[in-house]
Amino acid sequence: MIEHAITPNLVFDVAHLFAGALVLISFLMLYQDRLYALLNVFALQAVALALAVAWQAYAQDAPHLYLTAFIALVFKALVIPVALHRMVARLGIHREVETVVATGPTMLAGIALVALSMVVMLKATPAADALAREDLAFALSVVLLGLLMMVTRRNAVSQVVGFMSLENGLILAATGARGMPLVVEISVAFSVLIAFIVIGIFLFRIRERFDTVDVDALDRFRGGRA
Amino acid sequence: MSEAAFATRLLLNGQLLVALVAVVALLALGLLGVAMASRPAGRSLIYGGALAVTLVAGLSALTAIAAPPAGIVLPLGIPWIGAHLRLDALSAFFLAVVNLGGAAASLYGLGYGRHDHAPARVLPFFPAFLAGMNMVLLADDAYTFLLSWEFMSLASWALVVAHDKEAGNVRAGLVYILMASFGTLALMLAFGLLAAGSGGGYAFDAMREAPPVGIAAALVLALAMLGAGSKAGLVPLHVWLPLAHPAAPSHVSALMSGVMTKVAVYGFIRIVLDLSGPPDWWWGIPVLAAGGVAAVIGVLQALLQNDIKRVLAYSTIENIGLVFVGLGLALAFSANGFPAAAALALTAALFHVLNHAAMKSLLFFGAGAVLTATGTRQMEDLGGLIHRMPVTSAVMLIGCAAISALPPLNGFASEWLVFQAVLLSPDLPAWGLRLMVPAVGALMALAAALAAACFVRLYGIAFLGRARSPNAAEAHEVDAFSRAAMIALAAVCVGAGLLPGLFIDALQPAVAGLIGETMPSQRSVAWLSIIPVAESRSSYNALLVFGFSAVSALIAAVVIHRFASRAVRRAPPWDCGFPNASPLAQYSAASFAQPIRRVFARGLFAARETVEMPPPGALTPARISTSARDPAWAFLFLPLTAAVGAVAERANKLQYLTIRQYLGLVFSALVLLLLVLALWT
Repeated sequence: MIEHAITPNLVFDVAHLFAGALVLISFLMLYQDRLYALLNVFALQAVALALAVAWQAYAQDAPHLYLTAFIALVFKALVIPVALHRMVARLGIHREVETVVATGPTMLAGIALVALSMVVMLKATPAADALAREDLAFALSVVLLGLLMMVTRRNAVSQVVGFMSLENGLILAATGARGMPLVVEISVAFSVLIAFIVIGIFLFRIRERFDTVDVDALDRFRGGRA
Repeated sequence: MSEAAFATRLLLNGQLLVALVAVVALLALGLLGVAMASRPAGRSLIYGGALAVTLVAGLSALTAIAAPPAGIVLPLGIPWIGAHLRLDALSAFFLAVVNLGGAAASLYGLGYGRHDHAPARVLPFFPAFLAGMNMVLLADDAYTFLLSWEFMSLASWALVVAHDKEAGNVRAGLVYILMASFGTLALMLAFGLLAAGSGGGYAFDAMREAPPVGIAAALVLALAMLGAGSKAGLVPLHVWLPLAHPAAPSHVSALMSGVMTKVAVYGFIRIVLDLSGPPDWWWGIPVLAAGGVAAVIGVLQALLQNDIKRVLAYSTIENIGLVFVGLGLALAFSANGFPAAAALALTAALFHVLNHAAMKSLLFFGAGAVLTATGTRQMEDLGGLIHRMPVTSAVMLIGCAAISALPPLNGFASEWLVFQAVLLSPDLPAWGLRLMVPAVGALMALAAALAAACFVRLYGIAFLGRARSPNAAEAHEVDAFSRAAMIALAAVCVGAGLLPGLFIDALQPAVAGLIGETMPSQRSVAWLSIIPVAESRSSYNALLVFGFSAVSALIAAVVIHRFASRAVRRAPPWDCGFPNASPLAQYSAASFAQPIRRVFARGLFAARETVEMPPPGALTPARISTSARDPAWAFLFLPLTAAVGAVAERANKLQYLTIRQYLGLVFSALVLLLLVLALWT
């Protein structure tokens, strides 16, 4: 561990705090039933991610991670939520989050997923240092919760948010692992941006065609069983 | 069996160089065939070139049987592994069989190919097929072997579907390519198991160093039987063979039936007798059982067919069965500490490989000649060809007698050797084997008798009697190239029959490399007899049999011609009360097979006869129709395809899920894998 002004214990605790905050905010997102509130919580998660990454930059003495934190802050906490806000307003989307599974069981499933990722990660990485282990375990929880959100929501916007939150988990894992080159992070960030643009365009197209962004409508038009 | 030679680095020798050049030349001829197919000179160029190359390669391989093994690693294929090639006594023997068979087929093709209406579909693939078989025999690592094996399968598949307009040929191609892929899959798994034992080395040398043990070895045996057996035509994996072999042009049928099945036998020998280390005591049992069953089922089915080429294809299954019985005996004897008996059994199997390659190629050439002359392969439309096609009839008689195992021809010599090995079975310590080997011997005896009936039927219906159709009545003898190829093969049949000792001695280096023991040398035996075990037990002198039959035939001829009355009186024969007997009233192929169909095929093949009697006064003729089914189709392949179809129908629903359900599938798969990871200690 690199020498710092503050003790290694504190370094670990703060990193733990931020990563834990990401997981907690994931649960908050699962709980939201309004689209605007969901977008706000998503922006909050991006802020937490930026803080976590910045702390990792400090802890690992890796200045390029500050850049990653900055990108996360600008794009995920500001640009994307604002754009999604405007999209929801312009499309006149129904403001409620329509769920497939009720919130209660979803939360229970989320808790089980977090437990699962803890067990898997702590078992799989006995050789890594404690900081990386905790980070990886939390990151996997965030990824799984993001996926859970994508699976249990009907509305395309909330699926986009689930996808972005999943990606937050990936960034957390990438920064937690030491020596991840900047190129990888930047390319991940850009791919997310491009995915966002593509999905945004799709939202407009879906809306134009079917007057709704409920993804099940797509299946009804395709002839599938909704 | 590890030889001391492997320790030292193998060197390139002349024969291996010739074999390599031959492969390259055949591949080049294949490419040339693409360019030249539409021109009239293309046929002579391709077949002439293939004839020259295979003849040289075959003769060179003959000299390599007794030479020390040679090897080379070419920088081809997977990087850092390369293509290992090796020429030892076993591969040299099979190379000789493949290339001499290929030379005969090329010679035959020079004449037969003239009647091909779509030469562009045959000419490029014929040399490529020969090259593929050569490459399989030279391969010395798993990757090269499988690649060559697949190349051989694909080239032969292209030849099977060459005449795609004829009914059934496309289906035959489909069944063939499916079975070939299945066989390659089984071989790939077998090599995977072999390579796992040697720490992942794909070279055969590394596999020999670390042979598999226990379950792995048993699995390798099973997979080799599935993989090589499906290509060779072991029951119940034979179903493609009677469809695909007749579908190809006749000289290619001869190659597939006479030669390619032998490459499959080579694959089995290479994997089981060479790479898998010392056999367990029971390894012979499944091989013997498969061989015995294939022999009987093959020949019974052959008896029920009316299409000449299908008869020959089913007869191939029978002969492959005999070869596998020999191999099974070799495994049983060698595992139980009787290397001399094992050497006898293996020699018998290899000798039968050679003999069957010669006689089956000859018979397919004859079938092709009949097809050319009459335009039909149906026996019920033939008859009386002995008057119209004397040369073809004479060589076909030799071929039929040889494959029916009549002395003094070659079929008898090798089958007799197999029986000699069977007679040594009471020495075996394991009761299972001691009881089983005589049972398999009985099956072989049954198969041999039925084979004789089968070929009496073929020859009698097609060549004797009177013509049953105008085409058969106006048949003409085929061209000189085809006749030359058939005469050459008939000479091989007679030669190997009269001088079996010569061939047995020549095979010994290959046998010694696998068993570590040889048969006693036959060179020193007086009067060209062969004595497989000891003089007190058994000996066989083909010349004596030949001399006896020749002299008695001569005496009979002389007696008839000298002492019979020369007065000629022409009178109408007694016509059994039928005036103007039509040729159709002759004994037919179906009627010849009827007793055997009723006795053997009713249960096994569910053979049925239905007679349709018209009501009294009606002018329609009465009809009898027969049907038989192959139990492998009824009990294995049709249920299997039905199951695959049902599963595919169920899985089809996966094409119509919602986006969320797809995501859910991905998600649950991920969670499931994580759970497995978490619970796995």
